[in-house]
Amino acid sequence: MELAFALVIGSLTFAGVYLVLRARTFPVVVGLTLLSYGVNLFLFSTGRLMSGGQPIIGSTDTYSDPLPQALVLTAIVIGFAMTAFVVVLALRSRADTGDDHVDGTLRSDLPEATQDHEQSREETGQ
Amino acid sequence: MNHWLTAPVLIPLIGGFLQIFMGYAPLNLRRTLGLATTGLLLVSTVFLLMMADDGSYRAYAFGNWAPPFGIVLVLDRLAALMLFVTALLALFCHLFSLGRTDVSSRQFHALFLFQLMGLNIAFLTGDLFNLFVAFEVLLIASYGLLLHGEGTARTVPGLHYVVLNLVGSALFLISVGMIYSVTGTLNMADLARIIPTLEAGELPLVEAGGMILLVVFALKAALLPLTFWLPRAYASATAPVAALFAVMTKVGVYAIIRVYTLIFGENAGALANLGMDWVFPLALLTMVIGVIGMMGSAGLRTMVAWQVVVSVGTILAAFSLVSEAGLSSALFYMVHTTWIAGGLFLVVDMIAGQRGSAGDKIVTAPRMRNRTFISVMFMLGAVAAAGLPPLSGFFAKLLIMNAAVPGVEMAALWAVILLAGFLSLVAYSRAGSIVFWRNVDGHIEQPERLNFPHTVGAGALIAMSIAIVFGAGPLSEYTDAAAEQLRDTSAYIGILDTPMVGEDE
Repeated sequence: MELAFALVIGSLTFAGVYLVLRARTFPVVVGLTLLSYGVNLFLFSTGRLMSGGQPIIGSTDTYSDPLPQALVLTAIVIGFAMTAFVVVLALRSRADTGDDHVDGTLRSDLPEATQDHEQSREETGQ
Repeated sequence: MNHWLTAPVLIPLIGGFLQIFMGYAPLNLRRTLGLATTGLLLVSTVFLLMMADDGSYRAYAFGNWAPPFGIVLVLDRLAALMLFVTALLALFCHLFSLGRTDVSSRQFHALFLFQLMGLNIAFLTGDLFNLFVAFEVLLIASYGLLLHGEGTARTVPGLHYVVLNLVGSALFLISVGMIYSVTGTLNMADLARIIPTLEAGELPLVEAGGMILLVVFALKAALLPLTFWLPRAYASATAPVAALFAVMTKVGVYAIIRVYTLIFGENAGALANLGMDWVFPLALLTMVIGVIGMMGSAGLRTMVAWQVVVSVGTILAAFSLVSEAGLSSALFYMVHTTWIAGGLFLVVDMIAGQRGSAGDKIVTAPRMRNRTFISVMFMLGAVAAAGLPPLSGFFAKLLIMNAAVPGVEMAALWAVILLAGFLSLVAYSRAGSIVFWRNVDGHIEQPERLNFPHTVGAGALIAMSIAIVFGAGPLSEYTDAAAEQLRDTSAYIGILDTPMVGEDE
């Protein structure tokens, strides 16, 4: 069980890190999601993996630590809210810059309309 | 149990809720209540500061759960100092925001207060996972504040900031998990008690966790390899937000100071002073890169943002000397630099408002309005930040250089601090002389009128530099005592025995 669990965490983190390093916002958001899955599973495993354990001492032979589960629950809630926020921000970035590149539009070979847009960005940006 | 400890958390929380429910109330009412909340917060932190000055630890256990099991808030000299520094900065930033920044969105005051709540939880908490939660609270508010304002200039820097901090949060959870899996606790006092007693076989996991934790805090503090997100984000934020963010990097610094004196400090057995041999050279390099950034800035905002990077390097270099004098001087410098960097952000915004379309760019432009008043404020801020006598930066840097023990470290520290001070002076002089003196003929369309909130907000923060000079004696006594208290970890561990309500004292 430990090996399978470790491999799952490893591949989720690997995929997450790879996607976060991509240049478009959508893969980055998906990457952050996968990364947080990997982290949540990792956090869950810090209380040791076991089956049939109960989180109350004395009720069964094996005692399963309830704290990591509480930590994971908190991390899931926070991660979920943050992901929702980053999705909205990615959409706004797409709308504001006309491109889904993580750095906005930086290329000089854009049509004129976008360059005007670029200029108005400078002006409104105080 | 001391219930006063919850005041810096509850005051902005209640104030923030009021702001949300009053989103459609008249602006003046919201402003009055918002400022009153920040003012009340300042009063409560002054009260806590006086309380903490007797040198004992005070703890508040949530829900009356005894410490290693429940979450505790802990007040000591360092926490009280950070609370006070933040509350004072916040009051003047909040004042500065009236008039322009808070008009465009109904949520500004609420976000501002929630940001303060997150900061205060981070300073007070005595639990590593609760520190993570505090970071998330202050980050989600800072995302909103950073994106706050009209126009699209903040979207892309905001996106970078958010993604970077989400990755940082993931690393934080990983390191917390690694530490928990060995120690079985996340209470800082309990960790400080357990870590020196670990067996050799259990050490590597905790060591790795501790180092990843250092990476997370270094990201928040903008230590060198993780520094490059800061200038763009801070330079694009609106002025009161950027000024408040002067304390955001200090949260990372605070977390480093707290965790690496208490948990991985001198008394941590095999893990004593974990990572400090990395922090020292990196902090020096951070100062170097910060000064290079200041010299190369095209705008005043970017320059002040790089100044924040320089000051983070200075604080951490002093801290990583691992001595009581170094720690004390780092705290002294932190107080000075937080207020001055905040003040400079506000002054630069006033400059930008007077120069029409030239804004904060360091270029020749028509002569600005209200030049004398603003240029004097800029000069005072620059002198304080560069570390020239007679203002506070000089004393702060003197204390840091005094703290170094003769040797290679001293040579490196002195060389970098003096050179960085000189070159930042060059950068400020160049920027100031171009902006204020090298004028061309022309007409500035619609310069902003100086108004009361802007003048007082920016002026008061810059004036803190003079106040620190006059209060240098008491302040350095306080930071000396705080450093002594921080290095005596056995007293902190004593909070585990705090009697709960209903127990016999």
